[in-house]
Amino acid sequence: MTATEPKAAKLIVEGLCKRYGATTALQPSSLSVAEGEFLTLLGPSGSGKTTLLQLICGLVDASEGRVVIDGRDQSSTPVHQRDIGLVFQHYALFPHLTVAENIAFPLKMRGQPGAEIAKRVSGALDMVHLGHLAGRFPRELSGGQQQRVALARCFVYQPSIILMDEPLGALDKKLREHMQIEIKRLHRESGATIVYVTHDQEEALAMSDRICLMNHAKIEQLGTPREIYERPRTAFAADFIGISNIFRGRWDGNGSLDTAHGRFALPQGARCETKDAALVIRPENLRIGAQDGNMVSGRVSEIVYAGSETRVIAALQDGSQLVLRLGPDDAVPAIDEAIVAGWPRDKAVLVA
Amino acid sequence: MSAVKIGSAPARAMSRLRPNALWLAAPGLLFLAVFFVWPVAQLLGLSAVDPDSGALSASSYQRIAATDVYLRVLGITFRIAGWTALWSLLVAYPLAYWLARLPDMFRGRMLLFVMVPFWTSYLVKTFAWMLILGRTGVINSLLTGAGVADQPLSLINNQFGVMVGMVHAMVPLAVMTMLPVMTGIDRRLVQAAQTLGAAPVRAFWLVYFKLSLPGVAAAGLLVFISSLGFFIVPAFLGGRQETMLAQLIITQVQELLNWSFAGALSAMMLAAALVSCVVYDRVFGLSTIAGGAAQVGTGRIRDLGLAILSVVAGAAAKLADVVRAVLGKTICARLLPGFCWLVIAFLVLPTLLVIPIAFTSSQFLQFPPPGYGLSWFETYFSSPLWIQATIRSFIVAFVTALAATAIGGFTALALANSRTRWGGLIFAFFLAPMIVPRIVIAVGLFYLFARMGLIATDVGLVIGHTVLAIPFTLVTIAAVLKTYDQRLDQAAATLGANRVRTLTGITIPLVKGGLVAAFLFAFITSFDELTIAIFVSGGIKTTLPKQMWDDMILQLNPTLAAVSVVVLVIVTAMLLVAERFRSSPSSRS
Repeated sequence: MTATEPKAAKLIVEGLCKRYGATTALQPSSLSVAEGEFLTLLGPSGSGKTTLLQLICGLVDASEGRVVIDGRDQSSTPVHQRDIGLVFQHYALFPHLTVAENIAFPLKMRGQPGAEIAKRVSGALDMVHLGHLAGRFPRELSGGQQQRVALARCFVYQPSIILMDEPLGALDKKLREHMQIEIKRLHRESGATIVYVTHDQEEALAMSDRICLMNHAKIEQLGTPREIYERPRTAFAADFIGISNIFRGRWDGNGSLDTAHGRFALPQGARCETKDAALVIRPENLRIGAQDGNMVSGRVSEIVYAGSETRVIAALQDGSQLVLRLGPDDAVPAIDEAIVAGWPRDKAVLVA
Repeated sequence: MSAVKIGSAPARAMSRLRPNALWLAAPGLLFLAVFFVWPVAQLLGLSAVDPDSGALSASSYQRIAATDVYLRVLGITFRIAGWTALWSLLVAYPLAYWLARLPDMFRGRMLLFVMVPFWTSYLVKTFAWMLILGRTGVINSLLTGAGVADQPLSLINNQFGVMVGMVHAMVPLAVMTMLPVMTGIDRRLVQAAQTLGAAPVRAFWLVYFKLSLPGVAAAGLLVFISSLGFFIVPAFLGGRQETMLAQLIITQVQELLNWSFAGALSAMMLAAALVSCVVYDRVFGLSTIAGGAAQVGTGRIRDLGLAILSVVAGAAAKLADVVRAVLGKTICARLLPGFCWLVIAFLVLPTLLVIPIAFTSSQFLQFPPPGYGLSWFETYFSSPLWIQATIRSFIVAFVTALAATAIGGFTALALANSRTRWGGLIFAFFLAPMIVPRIVIAVGLFYLFARMGLIATDVGLVIGHTVLAIPFTLVTIAAVLKTYDQRLDQAAATLGANRVRTLTGITIPLVKGGLVAAFLFAFITSFDELTIAIFVSGGIKTTLPKQMWDDMILQLNPTLAAVSVVVLVIVTAMLLVAERFRSSPSSRS
């Protein structure tokens, strides 16, 4: 999915930065989120994604920079007046309140009349299919149900922006995938603007309109999932998202890269800022046999059958690993077999 | 254990071992049954027996009801205990809240400011307040010296003196009881309330305060019950108007030798304590004392509670806005730490004041001392009476600590290894010596020991002190075992270690820190103990606290200050060592 029509910027972050003494939790970062967009902050732990989220919602004071929501500078607005919603990693449901009371909490804080609260709470409960559990306490619910209550509590007061801090981190794989679809549905139905934090790259690819990839307390790359997957800008981006075969080498300033495994032909017009560069090839673009003159040779060390595909892992001469993804119709080599693998030159990406 | 040959051996061994683990609690259960339940029950029975004829009689209770003296004392006791609980909570809550918010490392260090006063002997604390509040005490010397007051203020032998002494004695207990509940509250819940639109003060009341209530109630209960049985503070800081029930019981036993009447008075006190517990249990559930989850009330009461809370929260939020507008943001941010440091000063400084006085060169307890010298320490060290009392205290405390640690350790192990539904009940039973007023246990033991010939023996003292120390050792060791990964034992078993080898090779080395801490806590409990010592140690066979008590009743003298310093140094040193061991449970020496 791509954001084709230009929409109004719901959230603008300008030069936002956080330092704790000598350590920098977030280097000055800027980004803008459009109305109705689903933006994911993706990165390994310690990459600054949660810090950025906390700065946006005001739980942490910024060292520098501005947060603009709906065109208003909210940098010094206290948390409770920012009109943002935050779904916490461990849900943060109030244990002393029932499901319905938890969902009613933000409405009560906004001084809404009782009848209106009752109506909207039951609407929110229906939205997450938990109408029958309104009187239960959070600890009487399963993890997935608690997660839905947390979502309902956030969607019920229709905040300007909804922030989610690894909301599915505590769920098992099956439930996580189910809840991903659920969150996508809520996003579509409500038209809410969502900033989502995760360290799970598959989750980010599956859910986001755009991904903001973070590493070492700064933004590494910002783009649609397809852009980031197909056109990673750095070796980190290539390595973190999906599986990549990365060959480091020296760019000759023209159409080829010299590596320990030989000279590889680069895609047409590939450019790089530095002479030290790397070539990224996704496993699905590798084939048995040389292609466009690009080839590496190795010995098959492992074969992983995964139903729709078969992953072949080969050891190269210098001991590094090469991963190929073969389709169901491709011939699968045997373990210990010497193979030659190659790729179409335009399917590789040159990165810094 | 017999060898099992068939294939399902592990399963059978497991099913047999699990209930077996509970047997480890048997020595402790037996010990408490004989030396805690039996004497207390007997005392209560005694209250319903005519002292002369031995027949069943309500005469003791009739005597209580006959004059209004005893009911008045009961009223005074309740009043003082109630006010003490209220003031202790008001002073302790902000401190506990502040401590709970500190980072773990820093909190451990700050907690010593609460731990040291908690374990400091009540006698030393009370002695310090006598020096401060007395007619020629520190405050009056300063005030008259500076010309602020012509006459010395009467700060002692009245309700003010009692309240200061009681609150000072009880704030540490209140903090220590509330703190685990508060540190267990997920602070993200308050953040969540704020992101949902609640102003910080409102979020605090609606979420944090509500969730901390079980801790507040537990602290209130423990302080109230401990205060009910108090006699040291009212005896020295109170006047006739502040005579409490425990003082009457001591008089009945020691001076009038009226057992059945002492029993009746003890029954009254026990009933008061039990009623408080029952009320607490109905409202909050007793498991919260042991750190369990609070029950959530249902129906109208709960709705009413939430409604009151939301009104309080709204009012507090408005008040906070006004205060912030008047004082400004920076001052507001310093109110809490400022208050907490004041409380810490209130807890720590009075006892420290004993130190300069102990080194006085004067014959009298005057402040500031006219000169400094070691003469009172010389008096202490050259007095056979004091030195013998000190040695006896050390021996008794050492043996008590061994016994209590063994019993507490086995019981904790039993509870950790069995999934019986009686676990909570057994745990509560072992904590009971903490709930039942000490004076009741002491009088009961005195009666039992009198018939066993254990009065004025070290064995009697050790038994009595062990009863009191068991709750502390059990709680300490159980806390360590709770964080102990049971799978390590299972791993050892799969690697071929039998139960004994697992215990000695894996479990004990890993929980050693907790065991040492428990040992030291039990040691301090015994070393500081006065109530049982008053009854059980007789004649020249006295302990250090008993000797102090006798001296304080007779006449205040600087030797007491020197002794206080010695006690203070010993207890503080032990405490620092205990904390060191407890904070690093897996440390190797």
